[in-house]
Amino acid sequence: MNTAFAGNQTVIEFLYLAASALFILSLQWMSAPKTARHGVWAGEIGMVAAIAGTLLHHGIVDYRSIAIALVIGSGIGVPLGLVHMTAVPQRTALSHACGALCVTLVGTAEFYLRTPNVPGFTMAVLSMEVILGGLTVTGSLMAAGKLQEILPQRPLTYRGQNLVNLSLLAMAIAVAVYLALHPANRQLFPVMIGISLLFGVLMIVPIGGADMPTVISLLNSYAGLSAAAMGFVLDSKLLIIAGALDGSSGFILSVIMSKAMNRSFTNVLFGAFGQVQTSEVAGREEKTVRSATAEEAAGILAAANRVVVVPGYGMAVAQAQHKVRELYDSLRKRGVEVRFAIHPVAGRMPGHMNVLLAEADIPYDQLVEMDDINGDFPQTDVALVIGANDVTNPSARNDQSSPIYGMPILDVDKARTVMVIKRSMSPGFAGIDNPLYYMDKTLMLFGDAKSFVNGIVHELSSNTHS
Amino acid sequence: MSSGLIDGLFVFMLAGFVGFQVIRRVSPLLHTPLMSLTNALDAIAVVGAIVLVGEHQSKLAYWLGCVAVIAATSNIVGGFLITERMLKMFKTSRPTKP
Repeated sequence: MNTAFAGNQTVIEFLYLAASALFILSLQWMSAPKTARHGVWAGEIGMVAAIAGTLLHHGIVDYRSIAIALVIGSGIGVPLGLVHMTAVPQRTALSHACGALCVTLVGTAEFYLRTPNVPGFTMAVLSMEVILGGLTVTGSLMAAGKLQEILPQRPLTYRGQNLVNLSLLAMAIAVAVYLALHPANRQLFPVMIGISLLFGVLMIVPIGGADMPTVISLLNSYAGLSAAAMGFVLDSKLLIIAGALDGSSGFILSVIMSKAMNRSFTNVLFGAFGQVQTSEVAGREEKTVRSATAEEAAGILAAANRVVVVPGYGMAVAQAQHKVRELYDSLRKRGVEVRFAIHPVAGRMPGHMNVLLAEADIPYDQLVEMDDINGDFPQTDVALVIGANDVTNPSARNDQSSPIYGMPILDVDKARTVMVIKRSMSPGFAGIDNPLYYMDKTLMLFGDAKSFVNGIVHELSSNTHS
Repeated sequence: MSSGLIDGLFVFMLAGFVGFQVIRRVSPLLHTPLMSLTNALDAIAVVGAIVLVGEHQSKLAYWLGCVAVIAATSNIVGGFLITERMLKMFKTSRPTKP
């Protein structure tokens, strides 16, 4: 009996070891598009190994309930895996919430199973697990709500907001410390969870749509760290490893995103977003813009040798990526070189534009990162901006009074001709005026991104024989 | 502090460094699928939830465990599925070697 039990335990540990190795391999293979799909397979095999190992645990008696829960979960997971590519940001936020929910619930159950006989250190880690988990649950739900536009995308700010948020966090930590010293005070545990849930909501309230790439990455990191904390509580190295991998992934992405928005690192850590105060539209004199029709735009594009398309969130909203693909095809047919300039924070999550353009079958080697394409703008005949705004704003380079001064941008203004597809002249959420629109070489193409690109494609194809 | 916790800290530290080095090399092209993949991997927390459900130590632990298993499984299935779908879309214009 005893040897059988020990043998079982060894098998479980080896399965977990294999799963850990496969998870690391999985992320390593994600580094390039060629091997990325092997990465998914490695992850899947690792996951199956880990679940199989868990089912071998000697204490497990109720296999029926486990099977039912697994089936229900899969039933929910399939539609979540089949959402439209345009809905990927909110789906990602939702899945951060699901992951964190799992961790928080397991932490809660462990607390009530183990108290009062919990060592102080374990209790402290358990508190960290549920605090991080709890704030990730509500924070991610808020973020998903904003991305789905159920909640207003506009940041809500009030005086002393940071003070309120930081004192809430401090309260949660104070309760956690007290619980670590006196774990018998079970009634304090719901209080701690309640505070962290509330903190999650308030943390996202001041965040606007344009900050979402950073926030989603940060929530990703929190979800990972809470899972790692859970690994300490359950003494599971597999969980510690998976949590650490996820945590560092979210951390790196949030650092990349914050750098691309010229935000300091403490700014990111404390979630103090939306700090850029709306610069009052003071002293805005009547500036003139030049606009053009689809026909004129088509003529200029057809005459160009080199075109760079700069996509932004507006392209995603209008779901214009397939029309953009048609434009790409018809220009390529005429021998025009077309490439895409991707700013790291274009869209609502890291890599958002790449996925949308890949969905429209645009080859990924035509998608060029900011640092690699910026030097090419002076040799570019036409830069076509589709639904991007702040990431092309030259004041980030040359106007020290601009709230976005110092943010790395795409040097669209250095192209010979600039064309901007935009609904109207209204400044975006940030309320920052964009001098690019008033330059002599800039043509404004007013209209919905999808229908305007369609108009250009139509003009190009009807002129083929002329 | 027990040796288990110290071991755990060592593992956490090493895995953190490995994660840092591995993820730093991921092309920005793939940042969205990277996030959905790490989401799926993170749902490995399901192992803790499965034990709660299977051991049935208390009613509370059982029901919390059930919800936790459902939440995590939806992440596993949905995360891997959408990552595969996204990666399938990434094509190159250069002819690939057979």
